[in-house]
Amino acid sequence: MNFKTWLMKVKKSQLLLPVVAMILVMAVNIIHDAATGAGAFSFFTITLQRTTSNGTILYGRIIDILNRGSEAALLALGMTLVVSASAGTDISVGSVMSLCASFCCMLLAGYGVSSTNDLAVPLVVGVIAGILMGCVCGAFNGLLVARLNIQPMVATLILYSAARAIGLLVCNDLIVYIRNDSFGFFGSFLGPIPTPIIITAICIAILALILKKTALGMYIQSVGINSRASRIAGLNSKMIIHLAYIVCGMFAGIAGIVASSRITSADSNNIGLYLEMDAILAVALGGNSLGGGKFSLAGSIIGAYTIQAITTTLYALGVSTNQAPVFKAIIVILIVAIQAPPVKAFIRKRNLNKATKGVA
Amino acid sequence: MKLKKPNLNSHTILLLITIALFIVLYCLGCILYGKKGFTHLQTFLNILITNAGLICIACGMTCVMLTAGIDISVGGLVAMDCMMLAVGMNKGIPAPVMVLLVILTGLVFGVMQGFFVGYLQIQPFIVSMAGMFFTRGMTAVISTDQVSITQESSPLYYAWANYKLKLPFGGYVNNKGVYNAPYIRINVVIALIVLAVIFFMLRHTRFGRSLYAVGGNEQSAAMMGLNVKSVKLRAYILSSFLCSIGGICFSLNTMSGSVQQALGLEMDAISSAVIGGTLLTGGVGNVIGSFFGVLINGTISSIVKTNGKLASSWPNILTAALLFLFIVVQSVFAAIRSKKAR
Repeated sequence: MNFKTWLMKVKKSQLLLPVVAMILVMAVNIIHDAATGAGAFSFFTITLQRTTSNGTILYGRIIDILNRGSEAALLALGMTLVVSASAGTDISVGSVMSLCASFCCMLLAGYGVSSTNDLAVPLVVGVIAGILMGCVCGAFNGLLVARLNIQPMVATLILYSAARAIGLLVCNDLIVYIRNDSFGFFGSFLGPIPTPIIITAICIAILALILKKTALGMYIQSVGINSRASRIAGLNSKMIIHLAYIVCGMFAGIAGIVASSRITSADSNNIGLYLEMDAILAVALGGNSLGGGKFSLAGSIIGAYTIQAITTTLYALGVSTNQAPVFKAIIVILIVAIQAPPVKAFIRKRNLNKATKGVA
Repeated sequence: MKLKKPNLNSHTILLLITIALFIVLYCLGCILYGKKGFTHLQTFLNILITNAGLICIACGMTCVMLTAGIDISVGGLVAMDCMMLAVGMNKGIPAPVMVLLVILTGLVFGVMQGFFVGYLQIQPFIVSMAGMFFTRGMTAVISTDQVSITQESSPLYYAWANYKLKLPFGGYVNNKGVYNAPYIRINVVIALIVLAVIFFMLRHTRFGRSLYAVGGNEQSAAMMGLNVKSVKLRAYILSSFLCSIGGICFSLNTMSGSVQQALGLEMDAISSAVIGGTLLTGGVGNVIGSFFGVLINGTISSIVKTNGKLASSWPNILTAALLFLFIVVQSVFAAIRSKKAR
C-alpha cells in the first residue's frame, strides 16, 4: 500500500476527527509544560506513588484523565447505540445516573438514614438494584420512543426533569453518606489501577464483543438508517430501539454507582450534572452522525476521553471550573462546523477546482 | 368576505385540554388552600410576576420549535443577562443603556446561533448546547460572585422593579382592616405585550406563517419559494431577542445575578411549550398554549409552596408527570390521525 492510498483511507476514516482532536489537546499540553519548564513530556509520565490511604498507586495526568473520564465514556457507550438506533439523543442519562446512585445508597443505608458505617443490605444487592433502576428508566424511555413513536428528546425530557427529583425524594431530601470501604471500592483503586478505569474497560470489552459476535450492531445500524425498511426485511425495529434505550439506562446506572462511590455519598443535586451533554458531545466528536445510522463505538470512546482531556487541560492552564464551558463551547462549534455539510461541500468543490486546474 | 369554519381539529382540542387543566389545577388550589389566601386575585398575579420572564422565553421557544428546532441556550442567556445588568448597574452605567446593551447582546447571540443552524445546517440541539456552555461560562467570566442590584447602585432600575401597577378591582380587606389592591409589576406588562405581539405575528404576518411552513415540511417550503435558511436564522434571532427581554423581566424580579441563576430554565420553557401543544417535530403549536403551559407550571409550584410541607422536588415530578400525560395524549391523537389518513 503506497502512501497516497493510505492518506486517502485516513482522510475518509471516521476516527480522523477524534484522533486529531486528541493529538491537538496533547500538543497544547506539551507546549504548556515545556513553556512552564515542567519537562515537555510530563503529560505522559506515569509514576508509581505511595499514598497513605490506597497503598501504591499509578499516578499521572493520563491516568487522571482515564479515571475522571470513566463516567462520560460509560454514558457515551449507551448514547452511541441510542443515537444510532433512534436518530435522537437520550438527555435523561445524567439525571438517571443521579437517581440510580440515590436508590443504591438509600438501599445500602436504609430509608431516611443520612450517614452510616454499616450496610443495611449486602453491597451486591444495592449495586445490582441501582443498575436495575437504570434499566427500568431506560425501559421507560424506550417504551415512549419505540412503542409510542415519541420524539426521543421529548420522551427523555420527562425523566430529565423527574429522575433527579425522584432521587431526592428517595433519599428523603438528604445527602446520604456511606462511610464504608467496601462501597468506596468502585471509585478508588484496585491494586495500583483506579477501579473506574477497570470497570469502563470491562464494559467496553463486553459491549464490543457482543456487537462483534452477534448481529446486534448491524441490526441497530439498519434500524437507524431506515426503520421501516428493516421492519419489512423482518427485523423487530421497535424491539431493537427499546433494547438500545435499556442498554443506555444500564450504563447510566453503572456510571451513577461509580460516581457516587467516588464521593461515598449520594448527592442527588450534583451527580451527573451536565454529563448528558458530555456524552452527546462525545458521540458527535467521535464522528457519529446524530441523525442515526452508522456508528463507531471507538470514536465515541475516544471522543469521551478527548472531552475529559480538554477539561483537565483547561484546569491545568488555570481556567476556573465555571469559566471552562466558554472554551468547551468554542471547541464544540469548531468541531461541528468543519463537519457541517455546506463546509464539506465547499472544501470538496475547492479540491475539485484544484484537480481540474492541475489537469489543464 | 371570509367564511369562518368552526375548525375543531385535534390541536384545538389539545389547547382546550391545556386550558381546562389549568383551570382544574387552580380550582384545586383554591379548594385546598383557600384559607391560606389562594383565592385572592393576587396569588394569580404573583404567578404572573414570578413567571413573566418565562412567558417571554416560552414565546421565543415556541417560535423556534415551530421550525422543528430547539434552543436550550435560553437558561444560560438569562443568567448572562442578569449578570450583565447586575454588574453594569453596580459599575454606575445608566439602566436604559444596560437594557439596550443586553438586548443587543441577545440579537448578536441569536445571529450566531441562527447562522450555525440555518446556513451551516448543524443540528439545533448541538448549536444551542454550545450556546448554553458559552453563555454559562461567560456569566462566570463577567463575575463569579452573587451580585445584587440595590437602590444605591441604580435608583431608576430599582424604581422600575418596585413599581406596582394597581388594578382597580379584585382587592380584599385583610384582618387588620387595610384594603389591599391587587397589583402587577412592570415585567408582567412587558410579558403580556410580548405574548400579544407574537400571537399576532404568528397569525397574521408573512414571517409567522413561514415559520409554520418551514416546520411543517422544509422541502415543500423551499419549493414554495421560501428562503428556509433565512427563516431559520430569523427564528433564532427572535428567540434570543425574546430571551433577552425575558432575562430583563427575570432580573426585575430577582434583582441579582449569579452563575447558578436560571438553572434548568430551558427545560421549563420547553416543557411549557410541549404542555401547550407545540410539537417538537415542528409546524404545530401556538403561543397561547405555551402561555397556559407556563401558568400550569407556575400553579403547581405555587400549590407546593403554599402547602409548605411537601418536599421541594415535587414540582419537578408533577410537571414531568403532566408532560408524560400530554405527550401520550398527543401521540394517541397522532395515531388516530394517521389511521384516518389511511
